[in-house]
Amino acid sequence: MTVISAVPPPHAPGTAPPVPAGGRALPGPLRFAARAARTLWGDAKARTGIIILGVIVVVAVFAPQLAPHSPTATTFTPYLGPNSVNWLGTTGNGQDVFSQLLYGARVSLLVGLGAGAIATAVAVTLGLIAGYRPGAVDEVIGFLTNLALVIPGIPLMIILAAYLANHSVWTVVLVVALTSWATGARVMRSQTATLRTRDFVTSAVFSGERLPRVVFREILPNMTSLVAASFLASATAAVLAEASLEFLGLGNPATVSWGTILYSAEQQNAMLTGQWLMVLAPGLAIALLMTSLTLINFGIDALSNPRLREK
Amino acid sequence: MRYVLRKTVLFVITLWAALTLNFLLPRLMPGSPVDAALGKLASAGVPITNAERQAVEIQLGVPNASLISQYGDYLRNIATLRFGTSYSFPTQTVARTIGTALPWTLILVGVTTIVAFAVGTLLGVYAGWRRGRLADSTVTLGSTLFGSFPPFWLGLLLLYLLAFKLGWFPIKGGYSDGTTPNWSFSFAGDAIRHSVLPAVTLAVTTLSGWVLGMRNNMINTLGEDYVTFAEANGLRGRTVALLYAARNALLPNVTAFGLQLGAVVSGSVLVEGVFSYPGIGGLLFTAVTNHDFPLMQALFLVITLSMLVAIFIVDLLYVRLDPRVRR
Amino acid sequence: MALLEARGVNVVYEPTRGQRIWAVRETDLVLEQGEFAGLVGESGSGKTTLGYALTRTLRPPARLESGVISFDGTDIAALHGERLRRARRNGFALVMQSGMNALNPVRSIARQFGDVMKAHARPGDDLSGAGLRDRAAGLLAGVHLDADLLGRFPHELSGGMRQRVSIALALALDPRLVVFDEPTTALDVIVQQAVLRTIKDLQRERGFTALLISHDLGMVLEATDRVMVMYAGRIVEDQPAGELVASPTRPPRPHHPYTEALLGCYADPRADEVTVGGIPGSPPDLSLRQPGCAFAPRCPLAEDICRTEDPPLTPLGAGLAACHVRARAVPPETGRAQEEAGHAR
Repeated sequence: MTVISAVPPPHAPGTAPPVPAGGRALPGPLRFAARAARTLWGDAKARTGIIILGVIVVVAVFAPQLAPHSPTATTFTPYLGPNSVNWLGTTGNGQDVFSQLLYGARVSLLVGLGAGAIATAVAVTLGLIAGYRPGAVDEVIGFLTNLALVIPGIPLMIILAAYLANHSVWTVVLVVALTSWATGARVMRSQTATLRTRDFVTSAVFSGERLPRVVFREILPNMTSLVAASFLASATAAVLAEASLEFLGLGNPATVSWGTILYSAEQQNAMLTGQWLMVLAPGLAIALLMTSLTLINFGIDALSNPRLREK
Repeated sequence: MRYVLRKTVLFVITLWAALTLNFLLPRLMPGSPVDAALGKLASAGVPITNAERQAVEIQLGVPNASLISQYGDYLRNIATLRFGTSYSFPTQTVARTIGTALPWTLILVGVTTIVAFAVGTLLGVYAGWRRGRLADSTVTLGSTLFGSFPPFWLGLLLLYLLAFKLGWFPIKGGYSDGTTPNWSFSFAGDAIRHSVLPAVTLAVTTLSGWVLGMRNNMINTLGEDYVTFAEANGLRGRTVALLYAARNALLPNVTAFGLQLGAVVSGSVLVEGVFSYPGIGGLLFTAVTNHDFPLMQALFLVITLSMLVAIFIVDLLYVRLDPRVRR
Repeated sequence: MALLEARGVNVVYEPTRGQRIWAVRETDLVLEQGEFAGLVGESGSGKTTLGYALTRTLRPPARLESGVISFDGTDIAALHGERLRRARRNGFALVMQSGMNALNPVRSIARQFGDVMKAHARPGDDLSGAGLRDRAAGLLAGVHLDADLLGRFPHELSGGMRQRVSIALALALDPRLVVFDEPTTALDVIVQQAVLRTIKDLQRERGFTALLISHDLGMVLEATDRVMVMYAGRIVEDQPAGELVASPTRPPRPHHPYTEALLGCYADPRADEVTVGGIPGSPPDLSLRQPGCAFAPRCPLAEDICRTEDPPLTPLGAGLAACHVRARAVPPETGRAQEEAGHAR
């Protein structure tokens, strides 16, 4: 008969007893954020994106100070080209386009980030629910997600917006969020399903942690970069979507946003009256905002996937 | 074949879901679209007969009738292509209006998607293979920037520069005013001239999706063991890049084709509006401006159906690409 | 001349900017023609990294920082691009750890053989479809696999079969050196034995030099003629396999304390009473290049000199070991004095 007796390893001279490795111990949220910020800043693309975004945010916040005139005041001669008073010309209603450009940053940022946040929140919630418990709920959510993915965004948004009687910034936010949650949901769902089978989750469940705690304390923190990436992608799409809706006249024409400037430009045939700057400026602003968000997203991709990091 | 069967079932179910969504949407919206619709029809000069009222109600919602019976009528109408009467084009059936516009969009979107997919994928392979070098940064930054251009904005700019100022391309439409569509070479040439700007706009703005997706896939694939093993066995660089890395990196892109196609279709709606191109997008533009619900509903259905069919075809093609699903 | 002479090999990992992890430090290694050697170590010891460095298959973020790797007289560490590629034919090959992922999932087995053969084709080689198939079938037969596998795809094969196909593909290069990186780790025990036997048979039949890398000391002792033990990026012991195996007449004779501790971790299940030991402490942080013996913090024999000076590999017993204390305990004259004493009797 074999008797196995384990001999405890002798304490090596001069060293402290070994401390078991921390497993998957999550660093404190602050340390994590600091490390993330440092890595992001280290990535050239993300750094550029952060700078551009920063400039746009500053313009939005300090628009009242930076704009030479009120964006809604109709005191100028309409249909003017660029001149010393109105650097980008005026609209058909006699409003200063440059001031509108500066103030417009507010709506674009608000709607973009707001709709992106709502869409991400919906995506994370549905994704977590679906990915955590395979079964009927998972199948239903999965199917709805696939359906929402198949239907192209702009046409759906157009239809939804057209059905709604009145249009405000909030309808735009809602419509945009409703049509862009699906991509994020699919990603969250598959990631949750992957994490669900990991050892640390199993051990948490076995040690009696309740479901909400398991989901929010164990699984969610490990998906942070994915959530961030999804948010930025949603925000990018939301900025474009908002501009598109405004451009089509499905937003509130009274709001001042980059999209409404383009709407006015189209209405007054700015191309044919030589006011091409009125078309160039807001579109370029939209493109820059979207590009900055995408660039930051490159950095976040690199955070979660070391293979993508720049050397 | 289990894969094919699964995809077919998915196609049918999704189609049914889209139809049902189309049915439910107007009934869920606040307000009474029926009366508004009838009002519009009347002002467009259409006589409001009982049959007319009935048709509108089936489309948008019959008050006091059971949802099920409405649903049945709705499906029957769809099957026979009876979409009601459009306010913008009251003299012809909606089916005919759409039918005239559909080929234009199919060709525009179809050709653009194929070209953008091909060019975007190749650029993505190149950028991923030369990752970290100047070529990669150029391609990545370039596609990010171009992909951020709102399609309608780029369209307006190109319209201004190349059509208005330089006169190289026509300003609007799918074909020159005064000509009627026919199957002659001169018409084809004319149509092509008119579609260059919309196509370029669409291609440039949707290229980035393919490029960046493929680049990411390439980078991930290049870290796989079989690529290392292929290099360890001394295969030529180009063989490894194309037959081992790209060939595998392609697969997730094909699976994601549906998503990208959605972006192209969305873009086409905006672009066609800017160029007054006689396709589905332009029709949707008109329908929205006129609050033309029957036309909008029908267009939504057609767009969704086209996308589902395209995705289904691509899913079937996927079988040729990935031996792992051939059971 | 030895087939492979590596001197001063240093491999560093740079996963993020500023971080440097020394996976292999100042390592020398010599392999003779026709040898079957083993490289043993725990996870993180650098054995796999060294194997990849020797076959020039390191990938970012790993980098061959310095060193000369002389293969049949040519320094392959200085070769790049096309010249490196050409050097692989009839040169050095690598069989990777998981046969699972070593094969291209979307290409048939036949085509993958074709790719390798065409990549190294010389004038006069038969590159016709039939010719390639015949050669591939022959290679498959060498690893005891049937030729009808050629039309299949990797996902249709079991793990063990895929591992053997990898071996056959590596042999398509007609290499003189084959590095096997943990060839059986991902397989179950029964298949492990079969694959190991196949490797031994192939080595014997074809006469190539084989380097078997594993964490399984038992397997390496059984299969190889010579065992090298790695710890924290350096080779600390290099002995004929017979020295480290217990025989009825004498116990194993390891010279480095780490090897001794490793052997102590194994238990003979047939013994009446079995004691299982462990090694206190944990492997060092490889991002710090500290002076002295890397094993010193965990070593029961450690002295002051161990903490300040890197021990060189010195002749000890039938091979080499890098230990200050053990090297000192065997004065060079003792052997001769005993011999003379024996003669005088």
